[in-house]
Amino acid sequence: MTATTVDGATAPQAAAPSRAVSTVTPKAAIALGVVLALYALLLLLAPHEGDARFRLSTERDLFVLPTLEVPALATAWVCAAIGLAVVALAVVRNLGGRRVPLWGTVLYAAALLVGFLAWAAAGSPRDLSVVGLLSGAVVLCVPIVYGALGGVIGERAGVVNIAIEGQLLAGAFTAAIVGSLTNSPWAGLLAAMVASVLVALVLGLFAITYKVNQIIVGVVLNVLVIGLTSFLYSQVLVPSAEVLNTTTRFARIPIPFLERIPLLGPVLFNQTIVVYLMFVMVFAVWFALYRTRWGLRVRAVGEHPKAADTVGIDVVRTRYRAVVTAGAVAGIGGAFYTVVSINQFNREMTAGAGFIALAAVIFGKWNPVRAALAGLLFGFATNLQNVLSVVGSPVPSQFMLMLPYVVTLLAVAGLVGRSRPPAADGVPYTKE
Amino acid sequence: MRLELRGITKRFGALVANDHIDLVVEPGEIHSLLGENGAGKSTLMNVLYGLYTADEGQILLDDEVQRFDGPGDAMAAGIGMVHQHFMLVPVFTVAENVMLGHESTRAGGVLDLDSAREVVREISARFGFHVDPDALVEDLPVGVQQRVEIIKALSRNADVLVLDEPTAVLTPQETDELMGIMRQLRDEGVAIVFITHKLREVRAVADRITVIRHGRVVGEASPTATDAELASLMVGRAVELTVHKETPRLGDNALEVRDLVVTSPDGQPLVDGVSFTVRGGEVLVVAGVQGNGQTELTEALLGLHESARGSIRLDGHEIVGRSVRRILDAGVGFVPEDRTEDGLVAEFTIAENLILNRTDGPPFVRGGSLQLDARDDFAREKVAEFDVRTQGIDVPVGRLSGGNQQKVVLARELSRDLRLLVAAQPTRGVDVGSIEFIHKRIVATRDAGIPVVVVSTELDEAVALADRIMVMYRGKVVGIVPSTTPRDVLGLMMAGIAPETEGEAA
Amino acid sequence: MSGQTPGREPENPLDQALESVDAAAEPGLAEELEQERAREREAAVEETGVRWADAFRRIVSGGWVVSVGAIVLAVLVGSIMIVFTDERVQETAGYFFARPGDMLAAAADAVGGAYSALFRGSVYNYQADTLTLAIRPLTQTLTNAGPLVAAGLGVALAFRAGLFNIGGQGQILMAAAGAGWVGFGLTGVPFPLHLLLALVAGILAGALWAGIAGILKARTGAHEVIVTIMLNYVAFYLISYLLATPGLLQAPGSANPQTPRTQESAILPRLVGERFPLHWGFVLSLLAVVLVWWLLNRSSIGFSFRAVGENPKAARVAGIDVPRTTVSVMLVAGALVGLAGVQQVLGTITTGFGSDIDAGIGFDAITVALLGRSNPWGVLGAGILFGGFKAGGSAMQAGEGIPIEIVLVVQSLIVLFIAAPPLVRAIFRLPQPVTRQRRGTPPVRSTATTTEGQA
Repeated sequence: MTATTVDGATAPQAAAPSRAVSTVTPKAAIALGVVLALYALLLLLAPHEGDARFRLSTERDLFVLPTLEVPALATAWVCAAIGLAVVALAVVRNLGGRRVPLWGTVLYAAALLVGFLAWAAAGSPRDLSVVGLLSGAVVLCVPIVYGALGGVIGERAGVVNIAIEGQLLAGAFTAAIVGSLTNSPWAGLLAAMVASVLVALVLGLFAITYKVNQIIVGVVLNVLVIGLTSFLYSQVLVPSAEVLNTTTRFARIPIPFLERIPLLGPVLFNQTIVVYLMFVMVFAVWFALYRTRWGLRVRAVGEHPKAADTVGIDVVRTRYRAVVTAGAVAGIGGAFYTVVSINQFNREMTAGAGFIALAAVIFGKWNPVRAALAGLLFGFATNLQNVLSVVGSPVPSQFMLMLPYVVTLLAVAGLVGRSRPPAADGVPYTKE
Repeated sequence: MRLELRGITKRFGALVANDHIDLVVEPGEIHSLLGENGAGKSTLMNVLYGLYTADEGQILLDDEVQRFDGPGDAMAAGIGMVHQHFMLVPVFTVAENVMLGHESTRAGGVLDLDSAREVVREISARFGFHVDPDALVEDLPVGVQQRVEIIKALSRNADVLVLDEPTAVLTPQETDELMGIMRQLRDEGVAIVFITHKLREVRAVADRITVIRHGRVVGEASPTATDAELASLMVGRAVELTVHKETPRLGDNALEVRDLVVTSPDGQPLVDGVSFTVRGGEVLVVAGVQGNGQTELTEALLGLHESARGSIRLDGHEIVGRSVRRILDAGVGFVPEDRTEDGLVAEFTIAENLILNRTDGPPFVRGGSLQLDARDDFAREKVAEFDVRTQGIDVPVGRLSGGNQQKVVLARELSRDLRLLVAAQPTRGVDVGSIEFIHKRIVATRDAGIPVVVVSTELDEAVALADRIMVMYRGKVVGIVPSTTPRDVLGLMMAGIAPETEGEAA
Repeated sequence: MSGQTPGREPENPLDQALESVDAAAEPGLAEELEQERAREREAAVEETGVRWADAFRRIVSGGWVVSVGAIVLAVLVGSIMIVFTDERVQETAGYFFARPGDMLAAAADAVGGAYSALFRGSVYNYQADTLTLAIRPLTQTLTNAGPLVAAGLGVALAFRAGLFNIGGQGQILMAAAGAGWVGFGLTGVPFPLHLLLALVAGILAGALWAGIAGILKARTGAHEVIVTIMLNYVAFYLISYLLATPGLLQAPGSANPQTPRTQESAILPRLVGERFPLHWGFVLSLLAVVLVWWLLNRSSIGFSFRAVGENPKAARVAGIDVPRTTVSVMLVAGALVGLAGVQQVLGTITTGFGSDIDAGIGFDAITVALLGRSNPWGVLGAGILFGGFKAGGSAMQAGEGIPIEIVLVVQSLIVLFIAAPPLVRAIFRLPQPVTRQRRGTPPVRSTATTTEGQA
């Protein structure tokens, strides 16, 4: 890494400010255009007549927003027009050598989403509950976000963690047992963190101490945790489900007044403590990584461990600490399954959320805030499928479920800008 | 602070890398540690810096015995080190790099970046560095990165500063500036250990010189000693780096390069409009400080840079835009600069490496199947011809020494039907015996009427091998001159100053 | 300090020294060390003289002992789990101090019962009435081994070329869909031809699905680990959709997400008679083993695969088209994994399949490849072993009520132990190897996951 930087920088001295300029590729504009074309094609080939009704309020709100009733096809096409405008803007910007502004992308995404929803909900006898759509997304993204935060911490320290899935599952399993035995969701939560840390320690032992390839360790750890939890589930939990597998769940804590704000209230301010903690955690992880001594050292160890070593930082210990911290964070996500979502453990109940979290880490470019937003997006996609199946949407549910993975594929293929992982990510450190 | 090393001994198995080395560095003194590659200088400094533990001997600071278990201990004791390969995190800012490891924090471990910026500004001001504390290190030129390393050491109140081959990546001017900084530090009372193998620099800046050879101190010298005296101390015998070769007999075949441009992924020119011609039967040495586009030039000759523009004609045929495979087939032999990275597959056997770029047809592949007997016969023959010291042709090439690895690369390339030989740093990291052999083979190739391009950053080698020397600076050609050109002129050219007329060429 | 375990014997100091020397910074020193070591090695060979002692040492410090040790350790852990979850053991543990014998007997019973069931279920059922029934388990083991070996080869081949194929699940699903679609959808084609067409369709589908990862890696530098993981899920949902949609893969007139049964003319014939489940799929896997061995060790394509795997930069300088090789590797690897999917649909489960047709083989394949050290013959052995575990695990579940997931635990533990030889050596107090492992065998070698592949 250093060597290449050195060579690159020596040659022309003018190379200094080059990174700031960086090349603008037409990829983004092309991608936006292609997606828009697909969307328009959908409208043309499968036009849905009728009205779409968006319900924006619940009964408890301070004031009731009217249910929005719009002509579906017209709305969809208006949204397409907005999308087209953004594409045009992207092309113009691109020719001028500039990037598509963030607000453009957001507007584009929002327009296409609304248009798509209008199209999908057209003529449905039921209202499409926007509140349900959003609050469901927030709930569904919880394990993904915690898992992704854990992943970000680990990878920032240079340890790739494919075993997020295993950590979530181990956390869910332990939280179920301890939560049931103690009748306390808090004890369950704590136990989940401990279990997830144990998985992290095994990962650390092999990846850091024994320098085994981290992808292999991660993959195998997942299988191990699936095997262990499933084995113990049938052998231990099922025979005595009353005692060992019936938890008390965290109750929702509505925040007075705020919860009654239309739309936002039910989505953000009537959730369990685990969800509130998630919002805090996203910020906390960001702050810890970028503003504290701990974070500086973690990032140094993930970028250039030898440099860290030569200034007296213990690389191995720093990595272990990061991995353990990451495990604890991911463990909270695991607890979500058995002390927040439902009150018992089931075989392989995490169902790939750990891999979506991994995807969120990459989609979020190893940044905790971006990764959390990616997790939210994926949660949204999953919930969109749930909501659409209620409305009776014509889109097969499997394609909606596929969405996070396809989006991530597009992301790693470079359609959302080239992301640069920590330089020593996945590379074990060998001390001289 | 006074640094004293007493009887430091470091063994690696039966090999003694440092053999009872004594060294005293007084405060306010630049003490130069002079020795060939592999003499044991870096080992000694790694012991001093706590990276290795000495088997015997003591490290004393102001007459107190120290015990270092790691770099942290050495730093705490007041030893700072500027490593040959910079120990900076590229994506961190200057201030972050400087504070790393001894961060000043506010309550709760929150970084106090302001104080770090202040430290950078204060030290920069003291020494007249122009370093922006908020610049990303990866955006800075090498010379500035080195200053960040120095700031890093000074911010920890280093009283002893070790500079390990600090000039290897610098241009002559940057080197001169660094020497100014060293003198300034010395005048402030810092004890400086300056590790190098370059005689000119030693004589220019050192107060005292200790020469190391084969892990032992072989003598002290004063800066007034002549090059010849220092050199003979260093190598222990009279050095003679001449290559015996006849006057060139030029053929009609030639490599013609016109307006070659190679750009980096972010659009910066690395090779900037280079033109030259090499006729069959002559050696053109491309000289210059490392990192001025020589590497990219050789890579472009093999078609490794898709961004290459301009014209490269070999025997009249254009090869820009051709695939590597087709360029190899056109008869280009290529000895890469970094043989372990680009030239060899370490886990493959010698035999496999010898056919690495010849697996697209007979004699080693027939019908998609490897011809193991042909391969092994060929390998045995080449191992003998090129005097590769090995236990057998089935030894993984990674197990060989640098010189023997290079012979494998040469054997592979020279045994093909060549129309051009490109050799980048062919003798880097190679023992003396092998250097001579490699030089002979290169000259023999030339005498067979093949155009040869050699890249070398060692002026001695350039002068010895070349029929003509082309000096590059910042991606451009400063000039192409006969090998009889005086060294001071060549030195100026390497700093970008063209001989005689134009002045600044870049 | 890192990497040192308490029971670890000191390595040859020269090797240690060599490892710690920065060859770039001190080429001369590295060189002298090399020569020193070469001298020492020659001397050692002459001195010991006692050939077999040396040979023994070599065996004990070799990879295979670690493999065996890993298997033993993993089985031991499995036993402990069986003991602790056994009901009778738990009961008797209540009065352990009064009558310890009861609990020990119960523990012995539990473990003994489990492993005899495992043996009866996988190798030879000595309780069976007829010889046919007695050796049936062995054929079941080999039947299971067929897809495991094929998929393991796909993963191993990719490993050797420096690629992680975590996408076995998706490739098997796509292959199953391809083979199944031809197998039950195509009518009026006679037996060998129909079978052949179905085989080709399945293998092609697997190859193309893996090829997507290859193309993305070659073109954009997208890391194949992430891509193949994502493709697993995409394939899963795609197949789920196809299975749930009439007119595509769903059996006509059915509401279940399941395909129709495979036609007789497309079924792999039984190998040793109708009474045994073993079909020609296993033979196809054996052929694949030979093919992969030839490919890797004797062919020029395999040579370039390995060169790219070991050192892509040197491969590029040697005129090998690295992106194209990456795509080819994934295509071949996908074809091999596809062969596993094909065997599932055309041999093992011919009565129609659902989206669980991959049966975890995609991930088992990774463990098979690792246990087999990415060597075709090793993969064959590992595949048969795990095939046996699967067959025996079912018998254990049926006979002793021990959940089959214990097999997953044992399997993953084996791989973990194998991946960290120092751990196993420390536990068994075996000597650590003298010669430095050059960053281990290819699969276990550490590659940067996401750092490579930038433009």
